[in-house]
Amino acid sequence: MKHSFTDYIYRSYRKRKVINAVMYVLLSIAVTLAIIPLLSVFGYVIVQGMPALNLEFFTGLPKPVGEIGGGMANALVGTCTLVLIASVVGVPWGIAVGLYLSEYGKDGRLSSIVRFCADMLASIPSIIVGLFVYALVVLPMKRFSALAGGLALGLLMIPTVSRTTEELLKMVPNHIREAGLALGLPRWKVILWIVLKGSRGPITTGIMLSIARIAGETAPLLFTAFNNRFWQSGLDQPISSLPVQIYTYAISPYDDWHRQAWAGAFVLVLLVFMINIITRLIFAATIRKRQES
Amino acid sequence: MDLDTNEVVVVFRVNIGGLMKAIYLLFFTAVIGWQPVAYSAALINGAGATFPYPLYSKWFAEYQKVDPEVRINYQSIGSGGGIRQFLEKTVDFGASDAPMTDEQLSKASVPVVHIPTVLGAVVLTYNVPGVEQGLKLSGEVVAYIFLGKVTKWNDSRITALNHGIKLPETDILVVHRSDGSGTTGIFTDYLSKVSAEWKTKTGSGTAVNWPVGLGGKGNEGVAGLIKQTPGSIGYVELIYAKNNSLNYAFLKNKAGNVIEPNTKTVTAAAAGVVKSMPADFRVSITNADGKEAYPISGFTYLLVYKNMPKGKGEGIVKFLRWAMKGGQSYAEPLYYAPLPTALLTKVNAKIDEISVK
Amino acid sequence: MYCKDIKLNNREVHRGDHVFSLALKLSAIGLAVLLGLVGIFLFRAALPAIHTQGLRFVTSSVWDPVQDVYGAMPVIYGTVVSSFLAIVIATPLSIGVALFLTEIAPRSIGRVVGFLVEMLAAIPSVVYGLWGIFVLAPWLRRVVEPALGKTLGFLPFFQGPPYGVGMLAAGIILAIMITPTISSISRELFNSIPHIQREGAIAIGATRWEMMRLTVLTSSKRGIIGATILGLGRALGETMAVTMVIGNRHEVSASLFAPGATMASIIANEYAEATSDMHLSALLGVGLALFLVNFTISSIARIFISRGFRWGAIRNGAKG
Repeated sequence: MKHSFTDYIYRSYRKRKVINAVMYVLLSIAVTLAIIPLLSVFGYVIVQGMPALNLEFFTGLPKPVGEIGGGMANALVGTCTLVLIASVVGVPWGIAVGLYLSEYGKDGRLSSIVRFCADMLASIPSIIVGLFVYALVVLPMKRFSALAGGLALGLLMIPTVSRTTEELLKMVPNHIREAGLALGLPRWKVILWIVLKGSRGPITTGIMLSIARIAGETAPLLFTAFNNRFWQSGLDQPISSLPVQIYTYAISPYDDWHRQAWAGAFVLVLLVFMINIITRLIFAATIRKRQES
Repeated sequence: MDLDTNEVVVVFRVNIGGLMKAIYLLFFTAVIGWQPVAYSAALINGAGATFPYPLYSKWFAEYQKVDPEVRINYQSIGSGGGIRQFLEKTVDFGASDAPMTDEQLSKASVPVVHIPTVLGAVVLTYNVPGVEQGLKLSGEVVAYIFLGKVTKWNDSRITALNHGIKLPETDILVVHRSDGSGTTGIFTDYLSKVSAEWKTKTGSGTAVNWPVGLGGKGNEGVAGLIKQTPGSIGYVELIYAKNNSLNYAFLKNKAGNVIEPNTKTVTAAAAGVVKSMPADFRVSITNADGKEAYPISGFTYLLVYKNMPKGKGEGIVKFLRWAMKGGQSYAEPLYYAPLPTALLTKVNAKIDEISVK
Repeated sequence: MYCKDIKLNNREVHRGDHVFSLALKLSAIGLAVLLGLVGIFLFRAALPAIHTQGLRFVTSSVWDPVQDVYGAMPVIYGTVVSSFLAIVIATPLSIGVALFLTEIAPRSIGRVVGFLVEMLAAIPSVVYGLWGIFVLAPWLRRVVEPALGKTLGFLPFFQGPPYGVGMLAAGIILAIMITPTISSISRELFNSIPHIQREGAIAIGATRWEMMRLTVLTSSKRGIIGATILGLGRALGETMAVTMVIGNRHEVSASLFAPGATMASIIANEYAEATSDMHLSALLGVGLALFLVNFTISSIARIFISRGFRWGAIRNGAKG
């Protein structure tokens, strides 16, 4: 009996080691499969976009075809403005919903409904959100505006932000909350200053994900923020933005405009990159304890 | 989540963090409140067709040199979109490849004036190994191809028109537009005129139920698919074909001549219609009479209201007059066809009818 | 810093809590109201089309704006198939990437590569579409689809001429586009698990993979599913990139090589140029259909998940 028991342990141990090795290989394959398109797409953008970058791109306004030069400076500023307006709408609302779902709602019917609504909102094509804001804001105002565009983009942000907040706050162990309450803090301070603040790194990831997505959205802006070949003259006026300008140039017949469109795409990715890094450095830096293992 | 670790360095971090936060927020507030130029005149907004966008952008920039007070912002969101925004009055003027339908005109609170600006053409572009520029086709054959009746490049109906060119036995892959567009509108309008079967089966419009073929998004989608797929044929704007060095076909027109599409033959198509032009300029000039007329041509229009408010209206009217005079000279270098001179008089008379109060 | 608050009397503490929870509840309800508004907007706009087309709207395959006949079956089919394909490809891939980056890769590499994967989300849809036409589709047409056709051609999924563009291309591009979402959220979830759990599993003799399975994956199961649903949402609603590589043919076909069309792509394609009111209404009807399709899929997923969790708990015995 001792013989077969040791054999059994030895054999099952070997099987587990084999499975371990196989999973390592599979995971490595997964990463390779993910890296290849990543490099391909990035490479394509860089190869197409970098040659067209020059100083004028960052400082000049769009020029008509046939005239050399011209840039997307107004589109760059416009995208920053739209992203900012969208964040003002999307981030507080998204975090509030996420907080509600994780701290207060847990199993109630309202929270199931709200969670469901957030998921539904995530799948509405961006163009329909744009049309919705068009009907809600642009038609009554009788004009296209940066506010309408920012609102449309902000609405698109909410599901990602709220879902991320909810899931990450749920991972916070309860004893942290209890410790805060035990110290005599009101519940809201516990939630905001301890739980939320502690998870601000990961939650920022969710926010950055949604900013990355909306920074590149074209369709909702076509009917809300429109576009503007001049510098923007007020939040209630049409405003230029990188994705719309890229789209307009990309579908044109002219090589020079195509090059500028690629440069625009490259700059867009760089812009999101920078927003990501800077925001993390300032708002979300947390110190992770060094781990031994 | 390490509270004690945070506390240890909290002094250091708060100092740097606070300053950087302030700078960051200041930067963004500056971005939002940015108004580097105080513009005196209000912005005139227009929306509509994609086809004339390059030319219009040139025009508006050139016109600003003539009259710096007038700022015109035109965006191409499509003819249909342009008409809708124009009717909703969210923009000051519209632009459309096809004239507005009666149904749309009935929705306008103020009468609408159609101003034809330039002409464009649709060409058949193809990727057939061994065949260069200038394959000869006729209306019926094109219709058969797009109906799926002619399926191989060496079909007798194609070879009959092209003595001396060796056509391979490859299958024909049809590529059409997946998005609604004025280009499709002009093309299907032409096909409906040359083929009764096309007219009953598919009809004409900016988006139709294509019998066969793949859909590419926009001119570049169609051109991209054609470049990648040997044996394919599709339709794009003349400007697009010229600027991207695509091979395109010469078509047999109504008069029986094989015509090469270029700005002259397109203007000739309009010249044939000037005498019979309706007062509101809403007309189709596909399959036009005229010896040198290229059969798949069309106007593109600017849409304005007959009565416009003083400030913006003045600017628009002054621009329109310039477009008919100085503007036309910018058309040909960009491969747009200028209006025939006989038509310019009529259009100018129409512009005079616009009242600005 | 916190000592000050202990001096607050009970009433003030409670008032702050009331205001806060009320604010949170309002924003949550506000979200539901927002969704309701969007639904009403779609419904009102789509009503004329649904009224005239009737059931044909979802069963017929004919989409003819000239005759004002609208059948949306092909686009519904196309959306479901392409999104399903995207999820099937992206989910294991993203979870695998997230696991690799958090558990196996050295910390610095993990952070950098993870950041790059996140940045994939910033690339505009249009650019994905162009990459798809000029890089992905030709590769599929020349290499992948002929190979699949030769080896697995007996299956109806891999029959038909290889165009390059088509359902397969759309599924792959969607998978690439939703990978950042699923993998970044998963990475954050995995990072949030206290190390002590991992150490515990290794301490009792688990192999590395078993440690991952027992601690990391099990704890974050719900979160991963949430991330996947988010990714699915994105896949269902994606327009530009899909429309450039799916071939835009209004047909239902079993083959992955065949061109198709999706709901979001047809709305984006035809909305700008739609001239008749009925056409516009039909397009928004398609939007409503998308709404309902997602409703159905999300509900089924939810039931499946809650059922699955209970099953898991029963099977594993005590705690679930």
